[in-house]
Amino acid sequence: MHNLTIAELIKGLQSKEFSSVELTQHFLNRIGSLNPAYNAVITVTAEQALKAAAEADMRLAAGNAPALCGVPILHKDIFCTNGVRTSCGSKMLDNFIPPYNATVVENFEQAGAVVLGKTNMDEFAMGSSNETSFYGPVKNPWATDCVPGGSSGGSAAAVAARLAPGATATDTGGSIRQPAALCGISGIKPTYGRVSRWGMVAFASSLDQGGPMARTAEDCALLLNCMASYDDKDSTCIDREVPDYTATLDGSVKGLRIGVPKEYFSEGLDAGIEKAVRAALANLEAQGAELVEISLPNSGLSVPAYYVIAPAEASANLSRFDGSRYGYRCEGPKDLQDMYSRSRSEGFGKEVQRRILIGTYCLSAGYYDAYYGKAQQVRKLIQQDFDRAFESVDLIMGPTCPSPAFKFGAKSDDPVAMYLEDIYTVATNLAGLPGMSIPCGMADNKPVGLQIIGTYFDEARMLNVAHQYQQATDWHDLAPEGVAS
Amino acid sequence: MNIERQEIEKLATLARIAIDDSTINEVSQRLSSVLDLVDQLQAVNTEGVEAMSHPMQATQRLREDEVTEINQREAFQAIAPETEDGLFLVPKVIE
Repeated sequence: MHNLTIAELIKGLQSKEFSSVELTQHFLNRIGSLNPAYNAVITVTAEQALKAAAEADMRLAAGNAPALCGVPILHKDIFCTNGVRTSCGSKMLDNFIPPYNATVVENFEQAGAVVLGKTNMDEFAMGSSNETSFYGPVKNPWATDCVPGGSSGGSAAAVAARLAPGATATDTGGSIRQPAALCGISGIKPTYGRVSRWGMVAFASSLDQGGPMARTAEDCALLLNCMASYDDKDSTCIDREVPDYTATLDGSVKGLRIGVPKEYFSEGLDAGIEKAVRAALANLEAQGAELVEISLPNSGLSVPAYYVIAPAEASANLSRFDGSRYGYRCEGPKDLQDMYSRSRSEGFGKEVQRRILIGTYCLSAGYYDAYYGKAQQVRKLIQQDFDRAFESVDLIMGPTCPSPAFKFGAKSDDPVAMYLEDIYTVATNLAGLPGMSIPCGMADNKPVGLQIIGTYFDEARMLNVAHQYQQATDWHDLAPEGVAS
Repeated sequence: MNIERQEIEKLATLARIAIDDSTINEVSQRLSSVLDLVDQLQAVNTEGVEAMSHPMQATQRLREDEVTEINQREAFQAIAPETEDGLFLVPKVIE
């Protein structure tokens, strides 16, 4: 059952081939036996899951089942779950049990999905390797001495290891696409404002966006149908109808104009990755799409702009964690200041502290205009690059990351090397555009991701093209050793 | 670029993060390398470019001034480190 896609599971559930309780128990068993090797899941909600599965079976029997009725999923531990610990990968929130559900969690509940548990992640979503989690790193199912990517590394590894058929994730600078690429699965970061951020622990509010991960584009479409919604409680959410993303998957790619940015194929790109990505583009060309070389001249500025904006917003967002109302409080504070500073230095890990300090620096008196103001202007330049490109192309494609999954520790001592992992992904967050990664080959025996960037609210077209590519290839069917059997 | 020890101490105070004396050099070195990266922005000509804060130029929405939330003090205080009579307790502020 774990090798079936969500689309197949829905059919199986509706035709009573298996029940949701059987399916849920099967995935819980897999989490129990396989998760210790990957550390992808940090909270298992077995009892609630089986109860929800039993209810789903009743609805399925009654014939009034909603879209995802009985389908087991995992939530990234950044989404607040009523009564279930939501740690955000941090000691700061190790004891935090939210009294409410995030809108995304609520949407999945409405759709009848069964939540198996919560996935590991980089602390406060700050990282590209999952090494900053308070709960220890997640291991890449393709090579357990390598990172799964981050920050949604737990969700990506769990889907790759078939511990769940799909999972929620978030992407601030590449946190859905990069781990999806490194773990050989599909993931989409929708347009900024498409998915509600309410109840999603904030990292950088002008960049954060939730999205789904699954093995296929079709499954991502099914999950996004449920995840995307307009929400009054998120003031940055855009009030726009959510199309049925599965309705347009079958369209042909004939005549589609695909922009290939020359800046995404410059030095620093692994040769094996380039080969796989070029082959994927050739496949789409053979299906009738047209490849157009384009230029995004300000690409090189996206990482510097991102590493001003994201830490600046993080330093403001994370000021709420002070030991007063919830979360970690240090032992025996001698006064209020001591409680604040010790709770924060003991509760936050090194990378989070580093980003708070950088953000504080960029926002402090005398530096605001030179850093934050300047970065917001550069952000506009990056958006204008994309606007110009989309005048002549429908989609933009290139690699998701510069190299395949790297070994633990390879970049953890050098923040700048780690930040460059995001070189092809952060620009879409800065512009607010949707981005996707799908598996398109192997390099050094590890998966390679093809990145698809669309214009605003063009998720349906991205999913359509990804689905057409997956109809013609089988990279998305590959499984890490020992996982499929 | 190098950040002076004094500046790190000031940042630590502003950010309410206690930095151990023995790690100040390491923190300074790492922050400096990140600032070197972001300093590339200074060379960009952004004259007349509007700063971007939301990709869709969205503005804050207004709503009717009606009560929409119910009081959940007990639920929120159940997860607090320390409370008393419905109040959040923190160390004494005034001697």
